Amino acid sequence: MNQQYDWSIEPQNSLLDLKLKDTWAYRDLLWLLVRRDFVSFYKQTILGPLWFFIQPLLTTLIFTFVFGNLAGISTDGLPQPLFYMAGITAWNYFADCLTKTSTVFKDNANIFGKVYFPRLIMPLSIVVSNLVRFGVQFLLFLMVMAYYYFTDAHFNITWAISLFPLVVLLMALLGLGTGMLISAMTTKYRDLAFLVTFGVQLLMYATTVIYPLSTALENYPTYAWIIEYNPMTPLIETFRYGFLGNGTFSWGAIGYTTAVTLALLLLGIVVFNKVEKNFVDTV
Amino acid sequence: MSIAIKAENLSKAYQLGQIGTGTISRDLERWYARIGGKEDPYLRIGETNDRTSKGNSDVVWSLKDINFEIEQGDAVGIIGRNGAGKSTLLKVLSRVTSPTTGRITGKGRIASLLEVGTGFHPELTGRENIYLNGAILGMRKKEITRKFDEIVDFAGVERYIDTPVKRYSSGMYVRLAFAVAAHLESEILIVDEVLAVGDAEFQKKCLGKMGEVSKGEGRTVLFVSHNMGSVKTLCDKAILLNQGLLYAIGDANQIIPQYSKATANNQSKRIGGNMVYVKAVSYYCNAIEVSSGEILHGEPLRIVLQIEALEDYNDVSIALCFNDSNNQRMTSVWTKYNGQLFSLKKGIQQFDLQIHSLRLVPDAYQLITYIETKGQILEQINHFDEILVTPANHSKSLEVPVSGLGSYVEVFEAKLRYD
Repeated sequence: MNQQYDWSIEPQNSLLDLKLKDTWAYRDLLWLLVRRDFVSFYKQTILGPLWFFIQPLLTTLIFTFVFGNLAGISTDGLPQPLFYMAGITAWNYFADCLTKTSTVFKDNANIFGKVYFPRLIMPLSIVVSNLVRFGVQFLLFLMVMAYYYFTDAHFNITWAISLFPLVVLLMALLGLGTGMLISAMTTKYRDLAFLVTFGVQLLMYATTVIYPLSTALENYPTYAWIIEYNPMTPLIETFRYGFLGNGTFSWGAIGYTTAVTLALLLLGIVVFNKVEKNFVDTV
Repeated sequence: MSIAIKAENLSKAYQLGQIGTGTISRDLERWYARIGGKEDPYLRIGETNDRTSKGNSDVVWSLKDINFEIEQGDAVGIIGRNGAGKSTLLKVLSRVTSPTTGRITGKGRIASLLEVGTGFHPELTGRENIYLNGAILGMRKKEITRKFDEIVDFAGVERYIDTPVKRYSSGMYVRLAFAVAAHLESEILIVDEVLAVGDAEFQKKCLGKMGEVSKGEGRTVLFVSHNMGSVKTLCDKAILLNQGLLYAIGDANQIIPQYSKATANNQSKRIGGNMVYVKAVSYYCNAIEVSSGEILHGEPLRIVLQIEALEDYNDVSIALCFNDSNNQRMTSVWTKYNGQLFSLKKGIQQFDLQIHSLRLVPDAYQLITYIETKGQILEQINHFDEILVTPANHSKSLEVPVSGLGSYVEVFEAKLRYD
């Protein structure tokens, strides 16, 4: 029969079919999911969206006390709360994207098992939802910055602040790519899920969240490469350099992170799309 | 007519037992076989899906070599026993999982309703959930806005629309969810047995809506159900699956009786002292023998039972009971209440039972016959042929009852003939 078909369902798809067109068609769903996450987060709470502030605020306080005062780790001459808050705000966004994306199949097994929509929407919605959260925390960071600006200005904003959108994008994509890669592997082998929550905590210490890169290079020149090759390090350093004027910035490092991010993202999408077809049977 | 869905050699294998330990080595083995261009070692040994028997391998074929074509505008019922592969077929069709081999091609947007309220978030209000659920099912936001009032109206939950759905009664929840799905503008609608919920009025409304979708709007509907009555009213074609294989496909009126046969036990269930046997049963409608027991609503039904008694019995009465497809007794008749008692003689004789008007809700009924004497059951047969009552469409059409209310059988006569 000579007939045109709109679609076909087959056991295997081409690896390079990223289904981006399909995903675009469902963009409304993306926004509705983001809205759902945001609204359901503070429903039936008294403080509502204020809860977004409390977590980074307390973490900053504790970090200032433990790492700043007890351990006496250098903050490159920056006010300690400001230094930690910059690190925490940026790191939290990446870490949230990574951990939430890595359990996307398990968390949504019920929906995925009953209805088809481009699965890529789910991890994307996680990244965008967390962006809202990041935005709120970033606002807090700006407020703390303003406070220090009017009391004792030990920091100065540099031109690198213009790289801020790029930094956020790279953090999002890096978290997304790695998360999808892990999520695809956890559908069959749950072991990785345990590794992720624990691994992300460890990874924070291999990123320049609680110490500046310069100190690490100075004190541990032989091992500092681990920190330097961590693709998150240049992002946090650039973020700090842009907003606070202190940090190690180089185009090479940003270029390296961009390359790693894009590679992981592409691999993540390919693996994700491959697993997505049959994960319902194994999850 | 153009083809809406076409399945070619469609198969789906599932692994039984635990997934986890040993899967890495198995995955490596499969991967190695694939590299070497060989067949997947774990699929080769698959066997048909008979859940009752113990198999040798832990891979089963939920679907095996399914081929069919569905034309645009068809309403197709997918029927079969539990585990026959109905849900798997729907899952593959709605792209929730992919087939192991074979392919499906088709035309037009698919909306599948394997479960109502997929993606409903309990904390969100009805309004927010309509949007979310609609988007999950593939609607654009403006499309939902356009249909919003219609959806709320259909669900009948206007008063609760700004209340979180966790406060809804389960019925309201389902109504809202079905309403969203029913208003999808898709060319193909796939519905699993979701109508089992909701009250009778809403079930009727859902069936009505689906009928409207397929007949009125020319959209293709695939409908899975165990309720032969619903399949019968809604569908003009049917696919009968049995143990993962396509058993039959064709006109619903011809396929449904086959399902009854495929599912029924080969033996009538007997209770009693084995002193009286029913040897054969035949059904007549308007003096014509009907093979499958398919009777129009309000038509007469004549049942002839050939029985053999091993002894003489006096004061024998006979009862006919009708159970609907949910195994609820709808009505019964008993000759004892008419004061009709018979004497069975040793040997073969025939009971000739005449029902003048079978006024039952259209559905598939199981007929149970009791032969009784002085409070003792001599013989009970759960007939393996179902009696299918279908709505009458002739001029003297009686009002068809919508629920158990109004189901009754009119005037019952029994005669005993000795051969």
